[in-house]
Amino acid sequence: MKYFGLLFTLVFFLVSGNAGASDVTEYTLENGLKIILIEEHKAPVVTFQVWYRVGAKDEPAGRSGLSHLLEHMMFKGTPKYGPSVLSRTVQKNGGTDNAYTTKDYTVYFEMLSSDRVALAVELEADRMQNLTLDPKETASERNVVMEERRLRYEDDPQNALFEEVMAAAYKVHPYQRPVIGWMSDLKNIEREALFKYYKTYYAPGNAVIVVAGDIDGEEMMKHIRAAFDDVPRGPESEAVMSREPDQRGERRVILKREAELPYVLMVYHTPSFPDEDSYALEVLNGILSGGKSTRLYQSIVYDKKIALAADADYSGFSKNPYVFFLAATAAPGKDIKDVESALLLEIEKIQEIPPSEREVQKAKNQIESSFIMGQDSIFIQAMKYGTFEMLGGWKLIDTYVEGIRKVTAEDVMKVAKKYFHEENRTVGILVPEKKVKSEE
Amino acid sequence: MGKKRILVSLMLAACWFLSSQAFAIDSTRTVLPNGLIVLHSENHNLPIVMVTLIVRAGQVHEPGEKAGLANVTAELLSEGTKARSSKEISEALDFIGASLGISAGADYTTLTLSVLKKDIQKGFDIFSDVLLHPSFPQEEITRVKELIKGSLKHREEDPSFLAGRAFRKEVFGTHPYGRLMEGSAETIDFITREDMMQFHSAYFLPNNAILSVAGDLTPEELQGMLQQYLNEWKKAVVPLTVFGKPAGKPGRSVLKIEKDLTQATLMLGNLGIRREDPDYYAVSVMNYILGGGGFSSRLMRSIRDEKGLAYDVQSFFAAQKESGYYQISLQTKNESANTALAEIITQVKRITAEPVSDEELSEAKSFLTGNFLRRLDTNRKIADFFAAVEFYALGLDYRTNYPGYINAVTKEDILRVARKYLSAEQYVLAVVADQKKAGLQYPEK
Repeated sequence: MKYFGLLFTLVFFLVSGNAGASDVTEYTLENGLKIILIEEHKAPVVTFQVWYRVGAKDEPAGRSGLSHLLEHMMFKGTPKYGPSVLSRTVQKNGGTDNAYTTKDYTVYFEMLSSDRVALAVELEADRMQNLTLDPKETASERNVVMEERRLRYEDDPQNALFEEVMAAAYKVHPYQRPVIGWMSDLKNIEREALFKYYKTYYAPGNAVIVVAGDIDGEEMMKHIRAAFDDVPRGPESEAVMSREPDQRGERRVILKREAELPYVLMVYHTPSFPDEDSYALEVLNGILSGGKSTRLYQSIVYDKKIALAADADYSGFSKNPYVFFLAATAAPGKDIKDVESALLLEIEKIQEIPPSEREVQKAKNQIESSFIMGQDSIFIQAMKYGTFEMLGGWKLIDTYVEGIRKVTAEDVMKVAKKYFHEENRTVGILVPEKKVKSEE
Repeated sequence: MGKKRILVSLMLAACWFLSSQAFAIDSTRTVLPNGLIVLHSENHNLPIVMVTLIVRAGQVHEPGEKAGLANVTAELLSEGTKARSSKEISEALDFIGASLGISAGADYTTLTLSVLKKDIQKGFDIFSDVLLHPSFPQEEITRVKELIKGSLKHREEDPSFLAGRAFRKEVFGTHPYGRLMEGSAETIDFITREDMMQFHSAYFLPNNAILSVAGDLTPEELQGMLQQYLNEWKKAVVPLTVFGKPAGKPGRSVLKIEKDLTQATLMLGNLGIRREDPDYYAVSVMNYILGGGGFSSRLMRSIRDEKGLAYDVQSFFAAQKESGYYQISLQTKNESANTALAEIITQVKRITAEPVSDEELSEAKSFLTGNFLRRLDTNRKIADFFAAVEFYALGLDYRTNYPGYINAVTKEDILRVARKYLSAEQYVLAVVADQKKAGLQYPEK
């Protein structure tokens, strides 16, 4: 993210909803640029988003953080809109802009009143082709990203454990690396590497435009064609070929550093949407966590009172197979081993006895409700279409909704048995210590 | 160059006014016989209903030795009523995919409900139950107090939390705004079940509250719901609260907190303004230019864009009902703390010494007026917006008046408010860092 917000977990699951609720049209230009228009006239505002099919997973070894640093540099301008001018231009038109990088893709967006949306088209077309990447600006922005890394990871104990756990859970696939990049890699990223990466991935053939809000479809396409029709398609980019081998035994990592409370984070390798099992995993996630009435909170926080928080998180919307998370922060004076055992006990329970029909229905209701609530925001709407497009096509939204509806209690128990076994688990423990050696 | 740009943005601003007319977002205002103010914004584009209730029961209404009372009372509302247990409440809400939020703030407590239209009856039934009939079960009180104390400890992992806690205590002294919403481990222990019951019955009154509803609900439907669920809510005399004025801190106070971190967190500021202060709009424009305007702000351009010292730097004015504060904050590696601080001081000096440019002024106005629409682009935002407008007595036509308030601000106004509220000599500075590495040149107070 050039500014604010979450970097690696743009946690937006629970996008759901009926794909047909808004007026959606799709176009593809000759250069391969895909455009998805969502007409929604309830407020005079528009979000304009450009999604590039490139993220941390595509970075060469030793260059972790390249995608994210490039995202920052995209705000440093072109010959036409120089450094610091881009965001100011949007802001003085009453809009806001931002971007974020994930392990799979990179997204740039503007929010503007509907009569200003042509500005976003022009700015995005310009920086898709003409990024300056000045060496001095690069050096300065690298320092900014290092500060961002210190802020989010070096000085945040639970996030620091997240990095450790992911690095242990993956040994082959690039999901091993943090999106923001390792500090030592960041130091070595020069202008040339950024330029090469930019030229490889930032092109119409590798991008999708999503526009949502108060637009006139034909008018919008006129603007987009005028700005993007002549942009060359760009090279074919390669999909990540590496596949994480099956894990054959539990992995454990311990992180000792200054912190107030112990914390446990465990992950199991799981398939991603649209794998058949992804729907049941999503419902399982809702049964374990997602409201005060769900299992982890009721058992570990409410009844046993050994943790301040206990959560599950299944991130099924990944390009390649990712993980199912379970995490808990110990209450003061409580033993983290007991917290870990309590999490595992909940896993065992659901492997042995199927959840009640009511629990399954509750999880489905929550997914459906947040789907509908999400439609209140054009930004979340656009994000939903963009994400599904990255995973294979926005029409998969219907596949997803159907898949969730079909999940049975037995399906939930089945996936719990299939994936939540010890060999497939990586456990991280944060052990608070008063003095810690900082990274450098 | 400056002049041309102003012309362009004035023209564009005019267009914006025209285009906004097609989307009138309005609210009706009714005062019920029991004194409850009801605001209703009807939008049938999605089958959802958003409810926001503001009750004038906050930090400012609690005694200092029981700091955290408003917060723990709010937390307990959904932990049991005369008819429902904690589990029954969460189970019923989760099952319909609704969310109930209850949180105490400095001036008031907010209850929000987000629910699908088809489940509005079930949702509002529970919403009214937790509002009117909380039973404050002793075992839930004990449990929730431990959770709050635990989370206070956990938050000490966050350097911004540590800096903010020390900063506000120093700025506000013994005024309630100087305390944490949660109070402290010590004051939480002093709070009893009777305190909560009293606090609830004294302040959670219809004539002390504002209800704002936005979404797929007709006036008749709303009327029926109020009749069915809030009819028994009776008017009573609200206890008089005498608000002291925070004294403010003369001179310079430097607070250093040692923590083994790679970055120093700097927080600099002092008392600010009340939300109802007529200077509010001049301050909004001034703050945008100084450090509130993201990448357009002077602090961001200098400290992040030009010097690469920090990921984020910002200034903001927290304008509350009784008083307020301003704060400039950033994180930078320990070794850069002095350089970054010097730059903050330079920027404060500059904005208090010389007028802002025409270009800066026009850009700030264009953003603040143009982006205002975005504050009303979802039903949740609409419900919250009208509740706040009522609480701060801004008037139902605030939405249409706001651009006028902003556009009336002059360069002279900006210089005047900058000099009135900011100072490069008198401020509170809190620094959480590896103090040895940071080697801050300012001594502690």
